[in-house]
Amino acid sequence: MTAILYLAAAVAFIVGLERLGAPRTARSGNRIAALGMLAAIVITLVTEGILNWGVVAAGLAVGAVIGAWAAVRVQMTAMPQMVAIFNGLGGIASALVAATEVVESDLAGFRAETTVSILVSILIGAITFTGSFVAFAKLQGIVPGRPLTFPGQQLVNAMTVVGLIGVGVWAGVSGEPAGYWAVGALSLLIGIIAVIPIGGADMPVVISLLNSFSGLAAAAAGFVIESNPLIIGGALVGAAGLILTFQMTEAMNRSLANVLFAGFGSDGSGSGTTMSDKPVRRATAEDAAITLGYADSVMIVPGYGLAVAQAQHATRELADALEERGTKVHYAIHPVAGRMPGHMNVLLAEADVPYEQLLDLEQADPQFPQTDVVLILGANDVVNPSARDDPGSPIYGMPILNVDRAGTVIVVKRSLSPGFAGLDNPLFYDEKTLMYFADAKEALEQTVSALRSI
Amino acid sequence: MSTLVVGITVFVLAAFVGFEVISKVPPTLHTPLMSGANAISGITIIGALTAAGLGSTPLAQTLGFLAVVTATVNVVGGFLVTDRMLEMFRSRSDRKRSSR
Repeated sequence: MTAILYLAAAVAFIVGLERLGAPRTARSGNRIAALGMLAAIVITLVTEGILNWGVVAAGLAVGAVIGAWAAVRVQMTAMPQMVAIFNGLGGIASALVAATEVVESDLAGFRAETTVSILVSILIGAITFTGSFVAFAKLQGIVPGRPLTFPGQQLVNAMTVVGLIGVGVWAGVSGEPAGYWAVGALSLLIGIIAVIPIGGADMPVVISLLNSFSGLAAAAAGFVIESNPLIIGGALVGAAGLILTFQMTEAMNRSLANVLFAGFGSDGSGSGTTMSDKPVRRATAEDAAITLGYADSVMIVPGYGLAVAQAQHATRELADALEERGTKVHYAIHPVAGRMPGHMNVLLAEADVPYEQLLDLEQADPQFPQTDVVLILGANDVVNPSARDDPGSPIYGMPILNVDRAGTVIVVKRSLSPGFAGLDNPLFYDEKTLMYFADAKEALEQTVSALRSI
Repeated sequence: MSTLVVGITVFVLAAFVGFEVISKVPPTLHTPLMSGANAISGITIIGALTAAGLGSTPLAQTLGFLAVVTATVNVVGGFLVTDRMLEMFRSRSDRKRSSR
Protein backbone atom coordinates (compact mmCIF):
# COMPACT_ATOMS: atom_id res chain seq x y z
CA MET A 1 0.00 0.00 0.00
CA THR A 2 2.77 2.40 0.93
CA ALA A 3 4.45 1.59 -2.36
CA ILE A 4 1.30 2.58 -4.27
CA LEU A 5 1.09 5.89 -2.42
CA TYR A 6 4.73 6.61 -3.22
CA LEU A 7 4.01 5.77 -6.85
CA ALA A 8 1.27 8.42 -6.85
CA ALA A 9 3.87 10.95 -5.72
CA ALA A 10 6.19 9.89 -8.54
CA VAL A 11 3.35 10.21 -11.04
CA ALA A 12 2.70 13.73 -9.73
CA PHE A 13 6.34 14.59 -10.56
CA ILE A 14 5.97 13.33 -14.12
CA VAL A 15 2.64 15.09 -14.68
CA GLY A 16 4.10 18.24 -13.13
CA LEU A 17 7.13 18.21 -15.43
CA GLU A 18 4.87 17.54 -18.41
CA ARG A 19 2.78 20.61 -17.54
CA LEU A 20 5.92 22.71 -17.07
CA GLY A 21 6.24 22.40 -20.85
CA ALA A 22 3.82 25.24 -21.71
CA PRO A 23 3.51 28.69 -20.12
CA ARG A 24 -0.23 28.32 -19.63
CA THR A 25 -0.04 25.09 -17.63
CA ALA A 26 3.40 25.52 -16.06
CA ARG A 27 2.28 27.01 -12.76
CA SER A 28 -0.21 24.24 -12.08
CA GLY A 29 2.46 21.73 -13.07
CA ASN A 30 4.83 23.03 -10.44
CA ARG A 31 2.06 22.88 -7.85
CA ILE A 32 1.17 19.31 -8.78
CA ALA A 33 4.82 18.32 -8.32
CA ALA A 34 4.88 20.14 -4.97
CA LEU A 35 1.76 18.27 -3.85
CA GLY A 36 3.42 15.01 -4.85
CA MET A 37 6.37 15.96 -2.69
CA LEU A 38 4.14 16.85 0.25
CA ALA A 39 2.38 13.51 -0.10
CA ALA A 40 5.71 11.66 -0.14
CA ILE A 41 6.82 13.48 3.02
CA VAL A 42 3.57 12.73 4.87
CA ILE A 43 3.64 9.06 3.83
CA THR A 44 7.20 8.78 5.13
CA LEU A 45 6.40 10.42 8.44
CA VAL A 46 3.33 8.22 8.97
CA THR A 47 4.67 4.85 7.86
CA GLU A 48 8.35 4.78 8.75
CA GLY A 49 7.89 4.56 12.50
CA ILE A 50 9.82 7.76 13.21
CA LEU A 51 11.29 7.79 16.73
CA ASN A 52 13.22 11.06 16.94
CA TRP A 53 10.35 13.44 16.28
CA GLY A 54 12.21 16.39 17.78
CA VAL A 55 15.14 16.04 15.38
CA VAL A 56 12.81 15.62 12.40
CA ALA A 57 10.58 18.55 13.31
CA ALA A 58 13.53 20.85 13.99
CA GLY A 59 15.13 19.92 10.66
CA LEU A 60 11.92 20.50 8.72
CA ALA A 61 11.27 23.83 10.46
CA VAL A 62 14.79 25.19 9.97
CA GLY A 63 14.90 24.08 6.33
CA ALA A 64 11.44 25.44 5.53
CA VAL A 65 12.19 28.84 7.02
CA ILE A 66 15.52 29.17 5.19
CA GLY A 67 14.06 27.90 1.90
CA ALA A 68 10.99 30.13 2.02
CA TRP A 69 13.02 33.17 3.01
CA ALA A 70 15.47 32.64 0.16
CA ALA A 71 12.72 31.99 -2.39
CA VAL A 72 10.82 35.15 -1.49
CA ARG A 73 13.83 37.41 -1.18
CA VAL A 74 15.92 36.46 -4.20
CA GLN A 75 16.02 38.89 -7.12
CA MET A 76 15.26 37.48 -10.54
CA THR A 77 18.67 38.64 -11.77
CA ALA A 78 20.27 36.42 -9.10
CA MET A 79 18.34 33.29 -10.10
CA PRO A 80 21.45 31.46 -11.40
CA GLN A 81 23.13 31.85 -8.00
CA MET A 82 19.98 30.66 -6.25
CA VAL A 83 19.63 27.56 -8.42
CA ALA A 84 23.34 26.83 -7.98
CA ILE A 85 22.96 26.83 -4.18
CA PHE A 86 19.81 24.70 -4.27
CA ASN A 87 21.54 22.18 -6.54
CA GLY A 88 24.38 21.99 -4.04
CA LEU A 89 22.07 21.51 -1.06
CA GLY A 90 20.14 18.76 -2.84
CA GLY A 91 23.41 17.01 -3.61
CA ILE A 92 24.75 17.15 -0.06
CA ALA A 93 21.41 15.99 1.35
CA SER A 94 21.69 12.80 -0.69
CA ALA A 95 25.32 12.32 0.38
CA LEU A 96 24.28 12.77 4.03
CA VAL A 97 21.53 10.17 3.67
CA ALA A 98 24.17 7.70 2.46
CA ALA A 99 26.56 8.80 5.21
CA THR A 100 23.95 7.98 7.86
CA GLU A 101 23.87 4.44 6.51
CA VAL A 102 27.62 4.26 7.03
CA VAL A 103 27.44 5.21 10.72
CA GLU A 104 24.30 3.21 11.47
CA SER A 105 25.07 -0.13 9.88
CA ASP A 106 27.55 -2.95 9.95
CA LEU A 107 29.40 -2.14 6.74
CA ALA A 108 31.02 -5.54 6.38
CA GLY A 109 27.55 -7.09 6.21
CA PHE A 110 26.48 -5.05 3.18
CA ARG A 111 25.87 -6.58 -0.17
CA ALA A 112 28.20 -5.34 -2.89
CA GLU A 113 25.48 -3.30 -4.60
CA THR A 114 24.61 -1.43 -1.42
CA THR A 115 28.27 -0.62 -0.81
CA VAL A 116 28.63 0.70 -4.35
CA SER A 117 25.39 2.71 -4.07
CA ILE A 118 26.58 4.34 -0.84
CA LEU A 119 29.93 5.24 -2.36
CA VAL A 120 28.36 6.62 -5.55
CA SER A 121 25.82 8.60 -3.55
CA ILE A 122 28.53 10.19 -1.39
CA LEU A 123 30.70 10.81 -4.46
CA ILE A 124 28.09 12.54 -6.64
CA GLY A 125 26.43 14.37 -3.75
CA ALA A 126 29.71 15.79 -2.45
CA ILE A 127 30.92 16.85 -5.92
CA THR A 128 27.56 18.53 -6.55
CA PHE A 129 27.82 20.36 -3.21
CA THR A 130 31.24 21.97 -3.57
CA GLY A 131 30.95 22.33 -7.35
CA SER A 132 27.72 24.26 -6.92
CA PHE A 133 29.16 26.53 -4.27
CA VAL A 134 32.15 27.36 -6.46
CA ALA A 135 29.70 28.11 -9.30
CA PHE A 136 27.73 30.31 -6.92
CA ALA A 137 30.88 32.15 -5.84
CA LYS A 138 31.82 32.76 -9.47
CA LEU A 139 28.36 34.01 -10.39
CA GLN A 140 28.23 36.23 -7.33
CA GLY A 141 31.71 37.62 -8.09
CA ILE A 142 33.15 36.33 -4.81
CA VAL A 143 35.83 34.52 -6.78
CA PRO A 144 36.84 35.77 -10.25
CA GLY A 145 34.69 34.51 -13.10
CA ARG A 146 37.71 33.90 -15.30
CA PRO A 147 39.16 30.39 -15.40
CA LEU A 148 41.49 29.94 -12.43
CA THR A 149 44.43 27.80 -13.42
CA PHE A 150 47.75 27.05 -11.81
CA PRO A 151 50.86 25.14 -12.87
CA GLY A 152 50.55 21.42 -12.43
CA GLN A 153 46.76 21.61 -12.22
CA GLN A 154 46.27 18.62 -14.51
CA LEU A 155 48.64 16.57 -12.38
CA VAL A 156 46.85 17.49 -9.15
CA ASN A 157 43.50 16.63 -10.73
CA ALA A 158 44.74 13.31 -12.05
CA MET A 159 46.26 12.39 -8.68
CA THR A 160 43.05 13.29 -6.88
CA VAL A 161 40.98 11.11 -9.19
CA VAL A 162 43.43 8.20 -8.90
CA GLY A 163 43.45 8.62 -5.13
CA LEU A 164 39.67 8.65 -5.07
CA ILE A 165 39.42 5.41 -7.02
CA GLY A 166 41.99 3.76 -4.77
CA VAL A 167 40.32 4.88 -1.56
CA GLY A 168 36.90 3.95 -2.92
CA VAL A 169 37.96 0.39 -3.72
CA TRP A 170 39.64 0.07 -0.32
CA ALA A 171 36.53 1.38 1.46
CA GLY A 172 34.29 -1.02 -0.41
CA VAL A 173 36.45 -4.07 0.18
CA SER A 174 37.45 -3.42 3.79
CA GLY A 175 34.20 -1.90 5.01
CA GLU A 176 36.17 0.65 7.04
CA PRO A 177 34.11 3.79 7.74
CA ALA A 178 37.32 5.83 7.40
CA GLY A 179 37.45 4.82 3.74
CA TYR A 180 33.97 6.20 3.17
CA TRP A 181 34.88 9.51 4.82
CA ALA A 182 38.00 9.73 2.68
CA VAL A 183 35.86 9.24 -0.43
CA GLY A 184 33.62 12.07 0.80
CA ALA A 185 36.57 14.39 1.44
CA LEU A 186 38.20 13.71 -1.93
CA SER A 187 34.85 14.17 -3.68
CA LEU A 188 34.39 17.55 -2.01
CA LEU A 189 37.86 18.47 -3.28
CA ILE A 190 37.06 17.28 -6.80
CA GLY A 191 33.93 19.47 -6.90
CA ILE A 192 36.13 22.48 -6.23
CA ILE A 193 38.97 21.71 -8.63
CA ALA A 194 36.53 20.73 -11.38
CA VAL A 195 34.62 24.03 -11.42
CA ILE A 196 37.43 26.47 -10.52
CA PRO A 197 39.00 26.36 -14.02
CA ILE A 198 35.67 26.94 -15.83
CA GLY A 199 34.94 30.48 -17.00
CA GLY A 200 31.92 32.55 -15.95
CA ALA A 201 30.40 32.49 -19.43
CA ASP A 202 30.23 28.69 -19.32
CA MET A 203 28.09 28.70 -16.18
CA PRO A 204 24.88 27.83 -18.09
CA VAL A 205 26.50 24.47 -18.88
CA VAL A 206 27.90 23.99 -15.39
CA ILE A 207 24.62 24.76 -13.64
CA SER A 208 22.70 22.44 -15.97
CA LEU A 209 25.19 19.65 -15.35
CA LEU A 210 25.13 20.14 -11.57
CA ASN A 211 21.34 20.11 -11.77
CA SER A 212 21.59 16.73 -13.43
CA PHE A 213 24.05 15.59 -10.74
CA SER A 214 21.71 16.61 -7.92
CA GLY A 215 19.16 14.28 -9.49
CA LEU A 216 21.65 11.45 -9.94
CA ALA A 217 22.73 11.82 -6.30
CA ALA A 218 19.10 11.42 -5.23
CA ALA A 219 18.73 8.35 -7.45
CA ALA A 220 21.90 6.85 -5.96
CA ALA A 221 20.51 7.47 -2.47
CA GLY A 222 17.37 5.72 -3.69
CA PHE A 223 19.46 2.61 -4.41
CA VAL A 224 20.99 2.85 -0.92
CA ILE A 225 17.68 2.92 0.94
CA GLU A 226 15.86 0.92 -1.76
CA SER A 227 13.26 3.57 -2.42
CA ASN A 228 11.56 3.83 -5.81
CA PRO A 229 10.35 7.44 -5.50
CA LEU A 230 13.96 8.55 -4.98
CA ILE A 231 15.08 6.56 -8.00
CA ILE A 232 12.26 7.91 -10.17
CA GLY A 233 12.55 11.53 -9.01
CA GLY A 234 16.33 11.40 -9.31
CA ALA A 235 16.24 9.89 -12.79
CA LEU A 236 13.76 12.54 -14.00
CA VAL A 237 15.97 15.36 -12.74
CA GLY A 238 19.10 13.66 -14.03
CA ALA A 239 17.51 13.51 -17.49
CA ALA A 240 16.27 17.11 -17.32
CA GLY A 241 19.66 18.47 -16.37
CA LEU A 242 21.40 16.42 -19.03
CA ILE A 243 19.07 17.64 -21.79
CA LEU A 244 19.68 21.25 -20.79
CA THR A 245 23.43 20.60 -20.58
CA PHE A 246 23.57 19.35 -24.14
CA GLN A 247 21.28 22.09 -25.44
CA MET A 248 23.70 24.62 -23.93
CA THR A 249 26.86 23.01 -25.33
CA GLU A 250 25.14 22.75 -28.71
CA ALA A 251 24.30 26.47 -28.56
CA MET A 252 28.00 27.14 -28.03
CA ASN A 253 29.11 24.61 -30.66
CA ARG A 254 31.38 22.99 -28.08
CA SER A 255 31.62 19.58 -26.56
CA LEU A 256 30.94 19.03 -22.89
CA ALA A 257 34.56 17.90 -22.45
CA ASN A 258 35.76 21.15 -23.99
CA VAL A 259 33.65 23.23 -21.60
CA LEU A 260 34.79 21.26 -18.56
CA PHE A 261 38.46 20.93 -19.33
CA ALA A 262 39.52 23.71 -21.69
CA GLY A 263 39.71 26.67 -19.31
CA PHE A 264 37.91 28.75 -21.94
CA GLY A 265 35.17 31.34 -21.44
CA SER A 266 36.95 33.91 -19.32
CA ASP A 267 34.93 36.78 -17.92
CA GLY A 268 34.68 40.12 -19.70
CA SER A 269 36.28 41.90 -16.76
CA GLY A 270 39.50 40.02 -17.36
CA SER A 271 42.43 42.28 -18.15
CA GLY A 272 45.18 41.83 -20.68
CA THR A 273 42.91 41.71 -23.72
CA THR A 274 43.77 44.35 -26.26
CA MET A 275 41.11 46.79 -27.30
CA SER A 276 40.87 47.44 -30.98
CA ASP A 277 41.43 51.04 -32.05
CA LYS A 278 39.38 50.80 -35.22
CA PRO A 279 36.82 53.62 -35.53
CA VAL A 280 33.25 53.07 -34.38
CA ARG A 281 30.12 55.16 -34.94
CA ARG A 282 29.10 56.54 -31.59
CA ALA A 283 25.47 57.31 -30.83
CA THR A 284 23.64 59.37 -28.21
CA ALA A 285 20.22 58.80 -26.69
CA GLU A 286 18.76 61.14 -29.32
CA ASP A 287 20.36 59.18 -32.17
CA ALA A 288 19.04 55.94 -30.75
CA ALA A 289 15.57 57.42 -30.24
CA ILE A 290 15.34 58.72 -33.80
CA THR A 291 16.61 55.46 -35.32
CA LEU A 292 14.22 53.37 -33.23
CA GLY A 293 11.30 55.81 -33.45
CA TYR A 294 11.09 55.72 -37.22
CA ALA A 295 11.52 51.95 -37.54
CA ASP A 296 8.61 49.67 -38.43
CA SER A 297 10.13 46.67 -36.69
CA VAL A 298 12.59 46.42 -33.84
CA MET A 299 14.27 43.31 -32.45
CA ILE A 300 15.76 43.56 -28.98
CA VAL A 301 18.65 41.21 -28.19
CA PRO A 302 19.26 40.96 -24.43
CA GLY A 303 22.39 39.54 -22.83
CA TYR A 304 23.97 39.18 -19.44
CA GLY A 305 24.67 42.94 -19.36
CA LEU A 306 20.90 43.49 -19.08
CA ALA A 307 20.82 41.40 -15.93
CA VAL A 308 23.85 43.15 -14.46
CA ALA A 309 22.26 46.57 -15.08
CA GLN A 310 18.84 45.38 -13.79
CA ALA A 311 17.48 46.92 -16.99
CA GLN A 312 14.56 44.58 -17.66
CA HIS A 313 11.88 47.10 -16.64
CA ALA A 314 13.52 49.95 -18.58
CA THR A 315 13.60 47.63 -21.61
CA ARG A 316 9.88 47.01 -21.34
CA GLU A 317 9.23 50.76 -21.06
CA LEU A 318 11.14 51.40 -24.26
CA ALA A 319 9.24 48.59 -25.99
CA ASP A 320 5.94 50.11 -24.79
CA ALA A 321 6.92 53.55 -26.06
CA LEU A 322 7.82 52.05 -29.45
CA GLU A 323 4.62 50.04 -29.67
CA GLU A 324 2.59 53.19 -28.96
CA ARG A 325 4.17 54.61 -32.10
CA GLY A 326 3.09 51.55 -34.07
CA THR A 327 6.47 49.81 -34.14
CA LYS A 328 6.50 46.04 -33.93
CA VAL A 329 8.79 44.86 -31.11
CA HIS A 330 10.18 41.38 -30.52
CA TYR A 331 12.97 39.94 -28.43
CA ALA A 332 15.55 37.51 -29.79
CA ILE A 333 16.95 35.28 -27.09
CA HIS A 334 20.00 33.14 -27.66
CA PRO A 335 20.09 29.93 -25.60
CA VAL A 336 23.26 30.98 -23.77
CA ALA A 337 22.32 34.61 -23.21
CA GLY A 338 22.70 35.11 -19.47
CA ARG A 339 24.08 32.76 -16.88
CA MET A 340 21.60 29.90 -16.94
CA PRO A 341 19.17 28.44 -19.48
CA GLY A 342 16.16 30.74 -19.87
CA HIS A 343 17.62 33.48 -17.64
CA MET A 344 16.63 36.32 -19.99
CA ASN A 345 13.10 35.00 -20.39
CA VAL A 346 12.54 35.13 -16.64
CA LEU A 347 13.86 38.68 -16.39
CA LEU A 348 11.63 39.87 -19.22
CA ALA A 349 8.65 38.02 -17.76
CA GLU A 350 9.33 39.86 -14.50
CA ALA A 351 9.09 43.11 -16.45
CA ASP A 352 5.70 41.94 -17.77
CA VAL A 353 6.81 41.27 -21.33
CA PRO A 354 4.28 38.87 -22.87
CA TYR A 355 5.97 35.56 -23.70
CA GLU A 356 4.69 35.62 -27.30
CA GLN A 357 7.19 38.41 -27.96
CA LEU A 358 10.15 36.27 -26.88
CA LEU A 359 11.66 34.46 -29.85
CA ASP A 360 14.28 31.74 -29.59
CA LEU A 361 17.24 31.41 -31.92
CA GLU A 362 15.45 29.43 -34.64
CA GLN A 363 12.41 31.72 -34.60
CA ALA A 364 14.33 35.00 -34.50
CA ASP A 365 17.18 34.43 -36.89
CA PRO A 366 15.20 34.30 -40.18
CA GLN A 367 13.56 37.60 -39.26
CA PHE A 368 16.67 39.80 -39.18
CA PRO A 369 16.74 40.59 -42.93
CA GLN A 370 13.24 42.06 -42.57
CA THR A 371 14.01 43.88 -39.32
CA ASP A 372 14.69 47.61 -39.46
CA VAL A 373 16.57 48.04 -36.20
CA VAL A 374 18.21 45.59 -33.83
CA LEU A 375 18.86 46.85 -30.30
CA ILE A 376 21.54 44.87 -28.47
CA LEU A 377 21.51 45.20 -24.71
CA GLY A 378 24.57 43.75 -23.02
CA ALA A 379 24.97 40.82 -25.41
CA ASN A 380 28.23 40.24 -27.25
CA ASP A 381 29.48 36.79 -28.23
CA VAL A 382 26.01 35.57 -29.26
CA VAL A 383 25.92 38.28 -31.98
CA ASN A 384 29.58 38.06 -33.00
CA PRO A 385 29.79 37.52 -36.80
CA SER A 386 33.26 35.96 -36.36
CA ALA A 387 31.46 32.80 -35.31
CA ARG A 388 30.10 32.68 -38.85
CA ASP A 389 32.87 34.25 -40.92
CA ASP A 390 36.24 33.67 -39.27
CA PRO A 391 37.40 30.03 -39.24
CA GLY A 392 40.28 31.10 -36.98
CA SER A 393 37.98 32.39 -34.25
CA PRO A 394 37.67 30.30 -31.08
CA ILE A 395 33.88 30.60 -31.32
CA TYR A 396 33.78 29.71 -35.03
CA GLY A 397 30.76 27.51 -35.76
CA MET A 398 28.75 28.64 -32.75
CA PRO A 399 25.18 29.40 -33.86
CA ILE A 400 24.67 33.16 -33.54
CA LEU A 401 21.90 35.68 -34.03
CA ASN A 402 22.81 37.18 -37.41
CA VAL A 403 21.89 40.71 -36.39
CA ASP A 404 24.15 42.25 -39.03
CA ARG A 405 21.55 41.22 -41.62
CA ALA A 406 19.12 43.80 -40.23
CA GLY A 407 18.93 47.40 -41.44
CA THR A 408 20.62 49.08 -38.49
CA VAL A 409 22.17 47.74 -35.32
CA ILE A 410 22.34 49.72 -32.09
CA VAL A 411 24.66 48.27 -29.47
CA VAL A 412 24.26 49.47 -25.90
CA LYS A 413 27.39 48.59 -24.00
CA ARG A 414 29.42 50.12 -21.23
CA SER A 415 32.68 50.06 -23.18
CA LEU A 416 34.41 48.35 -26.06
CA SER A 417 35.75 45.67 -23.75
CA PRO A 418 35.50 42.20 -25.25
CA GLY A 419 32.88 39.71 -24.15
CA PHE A 420 33.24 36.70 -21.92
CA ALA A 421 35.15 34.80 -24.53
CA GLY A 422 37.64 37.67 -24.59
CA LEU A 423 37.13 38.19 -28.31
CA ASP A 424 36.86 41.32 -30.36
CA ASN A 425 33.54 41.73 -32.15
CA PRO A 426 33.62 42.95 -35.78
CA LEU A 427 29.95 43.89 -35.43
CA PHE A 428 30.97 46.96 -33.40
CA TYR A 429 32.98 48.34 -36.33
CA ASP A 430 30.38 47.52 -38.98
CA GLU A 431 29.19 50.62 -40.83
CA LYS A 432 25.55 49.85 -40.03
CA THR A 433 26.26 49.67 -36.30
CA LEU A 434 25.75 52.51 -33.83
CA MET A 435 27.60 52.16 -30.54
CA TYR A 436 25.88 53.71 -27.56
CA PHE A 437 28.33 53.56 -24.65
CA ALA A 438 26.36 53.60 -21.40
CA ASP A 439 24.91 51.47 -18.66
CA ALA A 440 21.97 49.63 -20.21
CA LYS A 441 19.42 50.95 -17.74
CA GLU A 442 20.46 54.61 -18.03
CA ALA A 443 20.71 54.33 -21.80
CA LEU A 444 17.19 52.93 -22.05
CA GLU A 445 15.69 55.54 -19.74
CA GLN A 446 17.31 58.36 -21.68
CA THR A 447 16.25 56.87 -24.99
CA VAL A 448 12.64 56.62 -23.79
CA SER A 449 12.56 60.30 -22.78
CA ALA A 450 14.21 61.29 -26.06
CA LEU A 451 11.64 59.18 -27.90
CA ARG A 452 8.75 60.93 -26.16
CA SER A 453 9.98 64.31 -27.41
CA ILE A 454 10.19 63.44 -31.12
CA MET B 1 14.26 -10.28 -9.63
CA SER B 2 16.65 -8.79 -7.14
CA THR B 3 16.00 -5.34 -5.71
CA LEU B 4 18.98 -4.05 -7.64
CA VAL B 5 17.60 -5.17 -10.99
CA VAL B 6 14.19 -3.71 -10.16
CA GLY B 7 15.88 -0.46 -9.13
CA ILE B 8 17.88 -0.26 -12.35
CA THR B 9 14.75 -1.00 -14.39
CA VAL B 10 12.85 1.78 -12.65
CA PHE B 11 15.77 4.16 -13.10
CA VAL B 12 16.15 3.52 -16.82
CA LEU B 13 12.43 3.78 -17.53
CA ALA B 14 12.11 6.99 -15.49
CA ALA B 15 15.09 8.50 -17.30
CA PHE B 16 13.41 7.79 -20.64
CA VAL B 17 10.18 9.36 -19.44
CA GLY B 18 12.23 12.34 -18.29
CA PHE B 19 13.96 12.74 -21.66
CA GLU B 20 10.63 12.44 -23.44
CA VAL B 21 8.76 14.93 -21.26
CA ILE B 22 11.51 17.49 -20.87
CA SER B 23 12.76 17.72 -24.44
CA LYS B 24 9.38 19.31 -25.26
CA VAL B 25 9.86 22.22 -22.85
CA PRO B 26 10.46 25.44 -24.81
CA PRO B 27 13.58 27.53 -24.04
CA THR B 28 11.48 30.30 -22.55
CA LEU B 29 10.65 28.03 -19.59
CA HIS B 30 14.11 26.58 -19.05
CA THR B 31 14.86 28.48 -15.84
CA PRO B 32 11.61 27.48 -14.06
CA LEU B 33 12.06 23.96 -15.44
CA MET B 34 15.47 23.79 -13.85
CA SER B 35 14.39 25.18 -10.49
CA GLY B 36 11.30 22.96 -10.50
CA ALA B 37 13.37 19.91 -11.39
CA ASN B 38 15.79 20.93 -8.66
CA ALA B 39 12.95 20.92 -6.15
CA ILE B 40 11.99 17.42 -7.30
CA SER B 41 15.55 16.23 -6.65
CA GLY B 42 14.76 17.17 -3.05
CA ILE B 43 12.80 13.88 -2.93
CA THR B 44 15.88 12.69 -1.12
CA ILE B 45 14.08 14.30 1.84
CA ILE B 46 12.23 11.03 2.44
CA GLY B 47 15.57 9.31 2.94
CA ALA B 48 16.65 12.20 5.17
CA LEU B 49 13.51 11.94 7.32
CA THR B 50 14.07 8.25 7.85
CA ALA B 51 17.74 8.79 8.62
CA ALA B 52 17.01 11.52 11.16
CA GLY B 53 13.94 9.84 12.58
CA LEU B 54 15.51 6.42 13.14
CA GLY B 55 19.15 7.34 13.85
CA SER B 56 20.27 5.59 17.03
CA THR B 57 23.48 7.48 17.78
CA PRO B 58 24.03 11.25 18.18
CA LEU B 59 26.28 11.19 15.09
CA ALA B 60 23.61 9.51 12.96
CA GLN B 61 20.99 11.94 14.23
CA THR B 62 23.23 14.90 13.48
CA LEU B 63 23.89 13.72 9.93
CA GLY B 64 20.18 13.00 9.52
CA PHE B 65 19.26 16.42 10.87
CA LEU B 66 21.61 18.14 8.40
CA ALA B 67 20.16 16.01 5.60
CA VAL B 68 16.61 17.06 6.55
CA VAL B 69 17.57 20.74 6.71
CA THR B 70 19.36 20.79 3.34
CA ALA B 71 16.70 18.71 1.60
CA THR B 72 13.90 20.87 3.04
CA VAL B 73 15.59 24.09 1.87
CA ASN B 74 15.83 22.45 -1.55
CA VAL B 75 12.17 21.38 -1.62
CA VAL B 76 10.49 24.42 -0.06
CA GLY B 77 12.76 27.01 -1.68
CA GLY B 78 12.72 25.25 -5.06
CA PHE B 79 8.96 24.95 -5.42
CA LEU B 80 8.28 28.45 -4.03
CA VAL B 81 10.78 30.23 -6.24
CA THR B 82 9.51 28.31 -9.28
CA ASP B 83 5.96 29.37 -8.46
CA ARG B 84 7.13 32.96 -8.06
CA MET B 85 8.76 32.87 -11.48
CA LEU B 86 5.87 31.19 -13.25
CA GLU B 87 3.44 33.71 -11.83
CA MET B 88 5.24 36.32 -13.91
CA PHE B 89 4.92 34.52 -17.25
CA ARG B 90 1.99 36.21 -18.94
CA SER B 91 0.61 36.11 -22.43
CA ARG B 92 -0.44 39.20 -24.31
CA SER B 93 -4.10 38.63 -23.43
CA ASP B 94 -3.33 38.16 -19.71
CA ARG B 95 -1.50 41.43 -19.72
CA LYS B 96 -4.38 43.32 -21.31
CA ARG B 97 -6.77 41.84 -18.79
CA SER B 98 -4.66 42.82 -15.80
CA SER B 99 -4.07 46.37 -17.02
CA ARG B 100 -7.77 47.06 -17.46
